Amino acid sequence: MSTLARPRGRRLAGLYGRNTRAVLERGFKVIKNQNWVVMLSGFFEPVFYLLAMGLGLGGLVGSVPGPGGHPIAYTAYIAPALLAASAMNGAVYDSTWNVFFKLRFAKIYHAMLQTSLGPMDIALGEITMALFRGLLYAVGFMVVMLVMGLVTSRWAVLMIPVAVLIALGFASLGMAVTSFLKSFQQMDIVALTLLPMFLFSSTLFPISVFPAAIQWLVMALPLWHGIELMRDLAVGHLAPATAWHALYFVVLSVLGIWFTAVRLRALFLR
Amino acid sequence: MTSRATASTDGVVASGTQAVIRAVGLTKVYGRVRAVDGVSFEIAHGESFGLLGPNGAGKSTTMRIIGGTLQRTGGVMTVAGLDPAESGPEVRAHLGVVPQEDNLDEELSVRDNLIMYGRYFGLPYAYLRPKADELLEFAQLAEWAKAKVGDLSGGMKRRLTIARSLVNEPQVLLLDEPTTGLDPQARHVLWDRLFRLKEAGVTLVVTTHFMDEAEQLCDRLVVMDHGRIMAEGTPRELIRGYSTREVLEVRFGAEHNAVAAERLADVGSRLEVLPDRLLIYADDGDAALRQVAARGLSPITSLVRRSSLEDVFLRLTGRSLID
Ligand SMILES: Nc1ncnc2c1ncn2[C@@H]1O[C@H](COP(=O)(O)OP(=O)(O)OP(=O)(O)O)[C@@H](O)[C@H]1O
Ligand SMILES: [Mg+2]
Repeated sequence: MSTLARPRGRRLAGLYGRNTRAVLERGFKVIKNQNWVVMLSGFFEPVFYLLAMGLGLGGLVGSVPGPGGHPIAYTAYIAPALLAASAMNGAVYDSTWNVFFKLRFAKIYHAMLQTSLGPMDIALGEITMALFRGLLYAVGFMVVMLVMGLVTSRWAVLMIPVAVLIALGFASLGMAVTSFLKSFQQMDIVALTLLPMFLFSSTLFPISVFPAAIQWLVMALPLWHGIELMRDLAVGHLAPATAWHALYFVVLSVLGIWFTAVRLRALFLR
Repeated sequence: MTSRATASTDGVVASGTQAVIRAVGLTKVYGRVRAVDGVSFEIAHGESFGLLGPNGAGKSTTMRIIGGTLQRTGGVMTVAGLDPAESGPEVRAHLGVVPQEDNLDEELSVRDNLIMYGRYFGLPYAYLRPKADELLEFAQLAEWAKAKVGDLSGGMKRRLTIARSLVNEPQVLLLDEPTTGLDPQARHVLWDRLFRLKEAGVTLVVTTHFMDEAEQLCDRLVVMDHGRIMAEGTPRELIRGYSTREVLEVRFGAEHNAVAAERLADVGSRLEVLPDRLLIYADDGDAALRQVAARGLSPITSLVRRSSLEDVFLRLTGRSLID
């Protein structure tokens, strides 16, 4: 079977049943049947961080240099970062753990692939569901920020679509990574890359505390760009860098989607 | 392919009929395991085709390649003229699949399992609602409609999986050990439905470890082992070709069977030693029994019966069918 000799249209016909909608319908039906406490847990995680760190550390730290070097309250400093990090965590969880579980244990995709759905319908559907959850949590978190008086600019409303963009970048990349996973143990490697990224990407303190080499490394990683982008929007500090951060995620998403598309057969047809 | 030729003269493969499913030199390799190793067969429209073989023979692997849910390593595969690896969704639109292992959606109710599955085919709710009720009736699960799948017994899940495969009114039905776990009553309900589908022109591809089922359901079958086809034909042809008319079964007790086998080696045309009994293949079983007695051996029990597919299976694979 030569994949190269196959014309493009035919290749797609084998992978795509043009019915992503049915995958979404299933997703929403399951959410509807689901225990809402489970749903809410994803929302509370960043809120707890915000309350504990913001109120706990915030009192000790006072204010820190924010975007453009202007000092801002510690809570206002970490809130946008927590939103970015939670968009990342949710998307990665949905595209790795959840996908792997449905693939290997619940066999949901096995059943779907017996029908006129293709791997592409499933991948698009699952990524869209991950984005939907990301959107819900982002809106919830924005409300919390509003109530706490942490929203000081109209630009902050863009934090919601940016949360979705961050989720898209990580979800598409995560799904491609899942295609290489063989066991749940390997899932720990995913967690092992996320945790340092969360801790070092200027989430809770500026990266200026690190040696230059580490700073460069952090600045190459996606979360830092998401966080900086969120922070700029939260205070309405729009600079050329803001656009670069956004572009980083657009490129990441395009690459992630391409990567996932290439790995679709390896992911689902094994 | 002599068996193919005889099959045609029997009218099982009507000459000139377009094959719905065609495999040529089909191969699937997992690392160093050749799960399917150069398998070729054709299944005619409306035919009921069986895949038999011991565990690990490659039956399920073959079934999954037909549905395009598993990538083959080599060979040609077409379903209604299309390659399932290249046109999976299009091919499967007319396919009903009962996998060996149930893959019901545990997060949906029994009825929603049928409806959602229909949605994956792009079927409208207006069609699916009454269809789901009809299929629940068929699966005798109407009072379980709102239950969680997890609350069903193993056999009930199996019935639901079978019902689900019919939701898109498939032209070709792939049934991988469909009756495993079903009670006798449910099995007969299924057979009845399959006969009616066959009358309506649906092509059936069945794997099974039950010989009575293979004889009942299959117009034609292949026996596979180690990823290869060992024999092909109608059940009757296979029995005629690979076994004698009758079989004499004798028991001497577990310890004595082997000793008795040595003394009976030339009785009948073939002798098979099983852990609990000896099978003597002979066209005249009673004559063979007289020969046994003439050698001064008196079995604890003896039985003369007609040859069955089970004997064919034993001959071809050296293994008992039900394991
Ligand atoms: N995912 C897999 N990875 C590696 N080897 C596999 C995989 N699936 C099947 N095999 C191997 O392929 C061979 C054929 O398996 P298959 O499931 O097709 O057998 P089968 O005839 O359906 O057997 P059974 O009667 O037990 O259902 C076996 O040797 C099995 O170990
Ligand atoms: Mg099998």
